[in-house]
Amino acid sequence: MFEWLLMATWSPYIVGAGIGVLIWTTFLFSDRPLGASTAYAKTAGMVESAISRHNAAKMPYYRKFTPTIDWQWIIIIGVVIGAFLSAYLSNTFTILVVPTLFADTFGPDPAVRIAVALIGGILMGIGARWAGGCTSGHGISGALQLSVASWVAAICFFAGGILVAGMMFGFAFS
Amino acid sequence: MAFEQLRSSRGAQIVLGLLTGIAFGFLLQKGGVTEYAVIIGQLLLTDFTVVKVMLSAILVGMIGVYAMKAAGLVRLHVKAGSVGATVIGGLIFGAGFAILGYCPGTAAGAVGSGALDAAIGMIGIALGAGIFARIYPRLDRSVLNRGMFSAETIPEMVNVRPGMVVVVVAFLIIVILLLLAMLGF
Repeated sequence: MFEWLLMATWSPYIVGAGIGVLIWTTFLFSDRPLGASTAYAKTAGMVESAISRHNAAKMPYYRKFTPTIDWQWIIIIGVVIGAFLSAYLSNTFTILVVPTLFADTFGPDPAVRIAVALIGGILMGIGARWAGGCTSGHGISGALQLSVASWVAAICFFAGGILVAGMMFGFAFS
Repeated sequence: MAFEQLRSSRGAQIVLGLLTGIAFGFLLQKGGVTEYAVIIGQLLLTDFTVVKVMLSAILVGMIGVYAMKAAGLVRLHVKAGSVGATVIGGLIFGAGFAILGYCPGTAAGAVGSGALDAAIGMIGIALGAGIFARIYPRLDRSVLNRGMFSAETIPEMVNVRPGMVVVVVAFLIIVILLLLAMLGF
């Protein structure tokens, strides 16, 4: 059992099944689907509140997604801790700024990678809230509930992603 | 309904949220999907780890959630979608997915594995969510409610009992996973 925790990678089927079981527990104990992008909306709301509590309270979006520390927000903190535990136990924790694949195509300059990551993140944040969820909220939790919107969203995530990744790195099958 | 007390306890839910996040992050890291190359590899269709993880999670999660729903233990949480919200938002998300190379959950996992570019990505996602909140009232009046989907769930859409749809979707997922393995992915 302990050796298993030290392994660098597990089979994707085992990992997926584990996430499936984890979602049983979120439905059972918390009456919620598992999602990640709401936490970012709450964080943005916390920043807006810190700048002006009055203005943030007037924004309709933060009445729907209240900027408070709760189940949905703390998830993302847990993910950082859980991933660190996994990486630390398997001795794969490595500080990096520019992933190798990115450097191979766009060069090793950290400033380029930081700018690209920021732009990508902003688009992703807008898109996730626009579509009402992300790869976990729609792609897994929503899809497993057989939600029409979630299956459409997941298809669009990959359609957009495949198109833009192909434009950036060259289509592998062309 | 069972678990009412646990579900309404604010303190217990924060602890559960943290534990859920830790388990989720641990699994994502062990699955390798917190790696930039694995996510980009999926979008370039050269590495199918992301799809394998997602389909396995959907398969196992779906059977459990629908069984618990039939037993009266849980209820579904599905959102209505529309062309204006789901399709447009989904495509914008997809572009961000390729440019960042992580998604909102795996970015947090990548930070835990030491990827500092993912931390910049997380700041970007929060900025993007904040931008969306600012323009939300205008979008809500114009584009978000265009082309509302006629049904919330696939069983409602095709007018078939949920149990039957679960069986068919489970079968299709297994076929896709087997095909991917046979094709050598």
